[in-house]
Amino acid sequence: MARAISTKRKAVFTVAAWIVALIIFFPILYTIITSFKSETEAIAGFNMIPSGTMESYGAVQDQYNYFKPFMNSVVLSVGSTILALLIAIPAAWSMAFSPTKRTKDILMWMLSTKMMPAVAVLFPMYLIFRNLGLLDSRIGLTVMLTMINLPIVVWMLYTYFREIPSEILEAARMDGASLWNEIIYVLTPMAVPGIASTMLLNIILAWNEAFWTIRLTATDAAPLTAFISSFSSPQGLFWAKLSAASTLAIAPILIMGWFSQKQLVRGLTFGAVK
Amino acid sequence: MATRQTQTLARLMLAPSVLMLFIWMIVPLAFTLWFSFQQYNPLNPLRDGFVGFANYALFYSNPAFLQSIINTLLIVGSVLLITVIGGILLALLLDQPIFGQGFVRILVISPFFVMPPVAALVWKNMIMHPSYGVFADIARFLGVQPVDWFAQYPLFSVIIIVAWQWLPFATLILLTALQSLDGEQKEAAEMDGAGFLSRFWYLTLPHMSRAITVVILIQTIFLLAVYAEILVTTNGGPGYASTNLPFLVYQKASLEFKIGQASAGGIIAVILANIVAFFAMRAVGKNLDR
Repeated sequence: MARAISTKRKAVFTVAAWIVALIIFFPILYTIITSFKSETEAIAGFNMIPSGTMESYGAVQDQYNYFKPFMNSVVLSVGSTILALLIAIPAAWSMAFSPTKRTKDILMWMLSTKMMPAVAVLFPMYLIFRNLGLLDSRIGLTVMLTMINLPIVVWMLYTYFREIPSEILEAARMDGASLWNEIIYVLTPMAVPGIASTMLLNIILAWNEAFWTIRLTATDAAPLTAFISSFSSPQGLFWAKLSAASTLAIAPILIMGWFSQKQLVRGLTFGAVK
Repeated sequence: MATRQTQTLARLMLAPSVLMLFIWMIVPLAFTLWFSFQQYNPLNPLRDGFVGFANYALFYSNPAFLQSIINTLLIVGSVLLITVIGGILLALLLDQPIFGQGFVRILVISPFFVMPPVAALVWKNMIMHPSYGVFADIARFLGVQPVDWFAQYPLFSVIIIVAWQWLPFATLILLTALQSLDGEQKEAAEMDGAGFLSRFWYLTLPHMSRAITVVILIQTIFLLAVYAEILVTTNGGPGYASTNLPFLVYQKASLEFKIGQASAGGIIAVILANIVAFFAMRAVGKNLDR
């Protein structure tokens, strides 16, 4: 009896959850479907079954040189993440293993820099970038993305490193391990999962950053965020092509995102919710 | 316990991050503060000079300013309302035993990973377009006049798009919190005859309160800065109907070249963000003392 009720209950909840989930996912699903339509099909009214043509995918490369902004996105997001890790790993390490009275204040202060509205420094940043010749350059934008994500990287790494038991370090020291050996053979293997998670989340954040990547680029360094924004002009209204470009732009990050749900919660709540 | 040598090393390891972030923050902010007291127009350098608080006064007397502040607060408030209430309901639903739970979860969180320009353009063209959008198709199917969303309800349309992007975030965090709720407590409450509503009110909601606070604070930081969604859909219009504070500052600086006024607006945005940040830091800081 009880089992019968619970199966029925499960069925009801399943149907409800699937309906809500499909409604939420619908805009993405419809974008993917439209990307396999021809331009005339795309504006011919609601239709969930595309003809399956790949012409839009060919067209975004032929007409708009899609590969270039795509590569820019890859270079910027991966480059800025690696750079941020190089700067942040020593900092997070030192705060996790040699905390001082000021460690908490420093962490809070780093977090506060993240709360600065980007728009408040738009013009000075523009001036600095122009005078250093960094406008529309991959290097300039990589540095920019590194700095805006650095606080999150330090925080995330800190919460991971703090979970490594310090007794293990002491044991290694007792056994006569040098600091260098301690880092290479004891700490690194335990820190790798945390570093990998941090990397994943930050590639996602950098890939989707849509203020500086639009405002500080023109053509050479423009990543996908800027490229897709250019479709907002009236002459850019080709829906099948927009859909193909959008699908390619979100696919890699969507797949990475699915694998990083847990890290996402942790990273974006600064360890407050795990 | 730590030797002096390791302490020095620890400081050296920390220094680059702190120094770089400090310079990164303080230099541009000092520039903005300085420009906010200047008349500065790259197109008309003859009239440049110190003007005191005139930029702030101009910004204040400009009707667009008040509207942009109201719009900013409307975006933040409405999106928070939709995502927090929707997120709680969705988290409760996804916490139930359902078939294909993992896959449903993936579908629900996906919008969060869609970059803002894509999200905005997809909604603008394929969902809300007055003649070719899915909403228009539905309206015609029902025999009613399709709505021109971005012309008639520009701010509401932006809010819908932004809420769609952030609902997954709220759901994911609240679901994580919900799943850490002790099953035995729930069972005990059930045995005592507590109904669904009273269990929710006295057990589940208090347990989630911390996660709800975090969701509100973190979303507020990002929602105060909504930019790309407005840029590619309404471009702030019609008039200033969907212009928020960041967008107004951008317009003043990049389109009208009124750097002084834009900087004054930027400083006001900083003050606004700091009020929120003050509460956010206290909430996150508590966690560190644990």
